[in-house]
Amino acid sequence: MNTLKRNILLIPGLAWIFIFLILPCILIISLSFFERGIYGGIDYNFNFENYSRVVEFTYLKILLNSSKIAFLSGFFAVLFGYPAAYFIYKAPAKYQIALLFLVMLPFWSNYLIRTYAWMVLLNNQGLINTILINLNIIKEPLNILYTEFSVIIGLIYNYLPFVILSIYSSVSKLDQNLIEASKDLGGSSIKTFFLVTLPLTLPGVAAGFIFVFVLSIGNFITPDLLGGGKFLMIGNLIYDQFLSARDWPFGASLSFVLISIMLFLLFLQSIFVRKIS
Amino acid sequence: MNKFLNTLCILLISTLPLKADIVVSNWDGYSAPDIMETFKEATGVNGEMAIHATNEEVMGKVTASGGKGYDVLFVSSPFAEALDKMGLLAEIDHAKIPNMKHFYKEAMNLDFDRGNQFQVPYAWGTTGLCYRSDLVSGTPSSWNDLLEPSDDIKGKVTMLSTDRWLLAAGLLSLGYSVNETDPSKLNEAKEKLILAKKNLLAYDDTVFYTKLVSGEAAMAHAWDGWCNYATWENPDVKFVVPSEGSDLWVDTMVIMKASSNKDEAHAFINYILDPAISTWTVENIMYKVPNVAAMEATSGMFEQFPNLGMSINELSKNETMKDVGSAAKLYAKTVSEILAD
Repeated sequence: MNTLKRNILLIPGLAWIFIFLILPCILIISLSFFERGIYGGIDYNFNFENYSRVVEFTYLKILLNSSKIAFLSGFFAVLFGYPAAYFIYKAPAKYQIALLFLVMLPFWSNYLIRTYAWMVLLNNQGLINTILINLNIIKEPLNILYTEFSVIIGLIYNYLPFVILSIYSSVSKLDQNLIEASKDLGGSSIKTFFLVTLPLTLPGVAAGFIFVFVLSIGNFITPDLLGGGKFLMIGNLIYDQFLSARDWPFGASLSFVLISIMLFLLFLQSIFVRKIS
Repeated sequence: MNKFLNTLCILLISTLPLKADIVVSNWDGYSAPDIMETFKEATGVNGEMAIHATNEEVMGKVTASGGKGYDVLFVSSPFAEALDKMGLLAEIDHAKIPNMKHFYKEAMNLDFDRGNQFQVPYAWGTTGLCYRSDLVSGTPSSWNDLLEPSDDIKGKVTMLSTDRWLLAAGLLSLGYSVNETDPSKLNEAKEKLILAKKNLLAYDDTVFYTKLVSGEAAMAHAWDGWCNYATWENPDVKFVVPSEGSDLWVDTMVIMKASSNKDEAHAFINYILDPAISTWTVENIMYKVPNVAAMEATSGMFEQFPNLGMSINELSKNETMKDVGSAAKLYAKTVSEILAD
């Protein structure tokens, strides 16, 4: 009886996953084997052409470039996020909640507005350029906006809070006795950090990194606004196939490739976490 | 608890839209914000305004639903033509749109739909170069001034990325038709547009005029009407149609065959063509409309915004943008490749 009750409780959750995750994925996979009709609809003749198109040089380059941008964003988000998380952990307990609250504060305003704020800061007539010119540090405005660099800045900025939170949760679970033991045995602070603290908090680092990577590689708003539409990421390419090129089957095959990459990474992460703990 | 659930249900139901007689989809901000209210006051018909960002977006929605869900659509001419070829459009009943009498005769005899059988023009214009005369040396006169900009404005140029207009810039610069379907010519245009990319500030279909006003950009590939937004804020912003010629685009209103309220849909189009409403369009959207009465009523604006005063002869010299049929697939693929490179 108890098991039955438990199973009944599972139904809403499973139904949700089936309707909003499994079903759309099946739709996308099946769509990807057809072709675009002349006026954008779908011609139902089964073929693998979309997949041979995905591996064409033009599109493969976008996939590689998106991975590069997502990797750099993840790497720097961890680099900036780790010290922040460590600092919050080391802060007196009464400030920790306040500091964590500050980390989450940007989410109270709209993502688009925050991205536009970066455009105002970075453009060649913008705040940063105006200040640098007025201080006579540079003569000509720097072209920061509409480059890969500005896209990466936008992605790091946007996902940094997630990284800080995931590393913080790892760091705060750290057993203090281990650190004291290391110091008692004569380890310097640096040695203790690299040989004890860092390895033990790697699950948080990995979770944070994968999180930024997976969200960045599929992002299309930041590259569109901060990249000026000149740098397509795989997310933009998919968006364009569905909304401008109206080539749903090709968009579906690109989505399937992207979903596979994400699943693979999440799978790796879970293996990694299991191995460490 | 029951009361609480009831309240919740009522709240949830209140988020559902009221049943409207007709659903219209237009570009955001392309008609008066209160158009549905004034339409209801004038005719008693309940209308709902939906918004689309691009032609392609609304085409995607309509083709996916087999034409159901909308009564009237605002789309550019090639898309109206495509919808007609797909058999999704209702025939326009001229008796129900008496306000068409205000049209220029050219607006009743457009290349792609002589006699306005499946669409009614809303606004028309052309595409060209919108530039800051104080930042650009000399007067630009060719599509190549955009695609191969002089050194002083390299990196300060924006282009439209909507497929037909992006390719049109490349095709026109090579002396080809805006409706070209020859794959080798499209490929030539593609190569040229890929080279042009390195001198671009950004692709921008929506807010290029703000970039011109701030000075971020010195020249933009622009629709005539949108250039006026920049001229309005800075009189140094001018518009020119390149010497190679350009396209004549027509934004049209069409009625879906699947519409169950075609009389109300006709009444809506008739209401839009009312001289007072069309005058509002010219004054606020700053596009030319094919409505003689509205253009005469706004002639005071022509000095400040010269492209509004462009004569019908000058305008119709440009090649009408038409549906390219089965080449549409190639257009979509070519644009993806340009943007992806």
